[in-house]
Amino acid sequence: MSNIVAIAQKELKAYFASPIAYIVIGLWALMYGYFFVALMNFFVRQSMQMNQFGMQGPQAMNVNQQLIRPLLQNVLILILFLMPMVTMRAYAEEKRSGTIELLLTSPLTDFQIIVGKFLGAMALYGCMLAVTLIHIGLLFLYGRPEWKPIVTAYIGLLLMGGCFIAVGLFISSLTRNQIVAGMVTFAVFLMLWIITWIGSFSGPTVDKLTQYLSIVDHFDDFGKGVLDTTHIIYYVSFITFGLFLTAKSVDMERWRG
Amino acid sequence: MIEVQHLTKRYGPVTAVNDISFRVERGEILGFLGPNGAGKTTTMRILTGYMPATAGKAMVAGFDVFDQPIEAKRRTGYLPETPPLYPDMSVAEYLDFVAKVKGVPSGERRQRIQQIMERTRIADVATRLTGRLSKGYRQRVGLAQALIHNPDVLILDEPTAGLDPKQIIETRELIKALAGDHTIILSTHILPEVSQTCQRVVIINKGQVVAVDTPDNLTARLRGSATMYLQVDTSGADAGVSLARLPGVTRVVESDRRDGVIGYEVDSEQGRDVRREIARIVVSSGWGLLELRPMRISLEDVFLSLITEDEAATPAATPVEQEGVTVHE
Repeated sequence: MSNIVAIAQKELKAYFASPIAYIVIGLWALMYGYFFVALMNFFVRQSMQMNQFGMQGPQAMNVNQQLIRPLLQNVLILILFLMPMVTMRAYAEEKRSGTIELLLTSPLTDFQIIVGKFLGAMALYGCMLAVTLIHIGLLFLYGRPEWKPIVTAYIGLLLMGGCFIAVGLFISSLTRNQIVAGMVTFAVFLMLWIITWIGSFSGPTVDKLTQYLSIVDHFDDFGKGVLDTTHIIYYVSFITFGLFLTAKSVDMERWRG
Repeated sequence: MIEVQHLTKRYGPVTAVNDISFRVERGEILGFLGPNGAGKTTTMRILTGYMPATAGKAMVAGFDVFDQPIEAKRRTGYLPETPPLYPDMSVAEYLDFVAKVKGVPSGERRQRIQQIMERTRIADVATRLTGRLSKGYRQRVGLAQALIHNPDVLILDEPTAGLDPKQIIETRELIKALAGDHTIILSTHILPEVSQTCQRVVIINKGQVVAVDTPDNLTARLRGSATMYLQVDTSGADAGVSLARLPGVTRVVESDRRDGVIGYEVDSEQGRDVRREIARIVVSSGWGLLELRPMRISLEDVFLSLITEDEAATPAATPVEQEGVTVHE
């Protein structure tokens, strides 16, 4: 356990010692802020229109449904763009600089190294999500959103981000070139996002399959405030599978030399 | 302490290490000598558990590196060819991280890091980023990293590569001082390094062990016959014939000639000193004796002769031999 923590700490420190963390968090804050303002304007205009059409009084618009949910769904696009920057260096950089020799000749198991790296990236992702809490806090200051669906949405975001990180780690373990890792990761994330688009035209079986594979679709319920174990199990198995593939890839590399 | 038995490593069709076996006793410094690409690094990587062998067995401190990798790695310190540094960490941070993953208990960590930094003379750069250090410091931080958990076995891949002469001497002294407590394997392609630091040498070429011995024995072994260098002033006369007739002399070769001064290389039977006879015949012939000295054979000659012998002998036999090894395993 202490080994995992040591690796995770090292990873997180490495993010903050290089420009990566600042660029990722900075871009994230900027774009998220933009989404927030845009959706907020839209929300305000809509509620004013509803006022004009005589729907005053108790039937105010639901902040959770009309603002927070679409906002957090837009976050997915940001993850798609920014997460490859977080994971691309994880293994590729260690391989290129030879520090992988230190890790693999230390009394650590592959499991400890991989989980450590995963948690390190998760911690950075946690920092990114923490930024978004500021905006949500503002909503609480001026309105009365419900907090429970927000909590489930953040649980969903964490799990979903975990899936992306697990995939990113795996891809990073396949190459010693960060740029290659980053680009392939981006392409794969994009595929995972748009995979449902072909589903609706290709018959019920493919539709079901693509919906099941789409990481993003499983987030829907979390956004609505529903904690469905199907989705939790899906995400957890996805992460486990991604880390398993990473372990296999590291092991294969070792045999190949 | 270290035992390697019939170790073989293939990368696809290429055999990097072919059936090598050797032992290193506790507290010994073993030199691992070979030209670039001989399989030194591969062997070391197998010993440190970085990669598994295709066949054969390697034991470090009583643990099989493949079956009990964690136990073996706990007792091994490894300095790869390029020191594995994280450029964004300071030296102290880096050593702290290494100490953690190598399992140094948290109570001892601080003191241990301090000790090692002093021992490897890097305390003055403790707060600098490792990415900003000079080559010499990097190498020493790498050495500190290998020593941090006080391992029984130290495996150093070209520890003096890229250092300046003063640093090379300092590093060699440090390695020698480490010997008693640690068992050390160091690889190099620099020959004097081996004769100066190592008690035993394993010479490997093309993945095979060519010789295992002490540096002195290796030199002696090559000197199947002793060679003298003789320089005489004969005013142009040829001394070769009379020299060759001396008892014990096996061969005389003229090596240089200038203004009536001729240099000869005189081979004699092993263990027989012919200097007196040579001197006597030179004097009695009325020549001037300018120089008479035994020719020292350096480890360099041993090395070159061993690996060229090897090259001359193996080409035809190689595929068959390799097959033999595979079956044997």
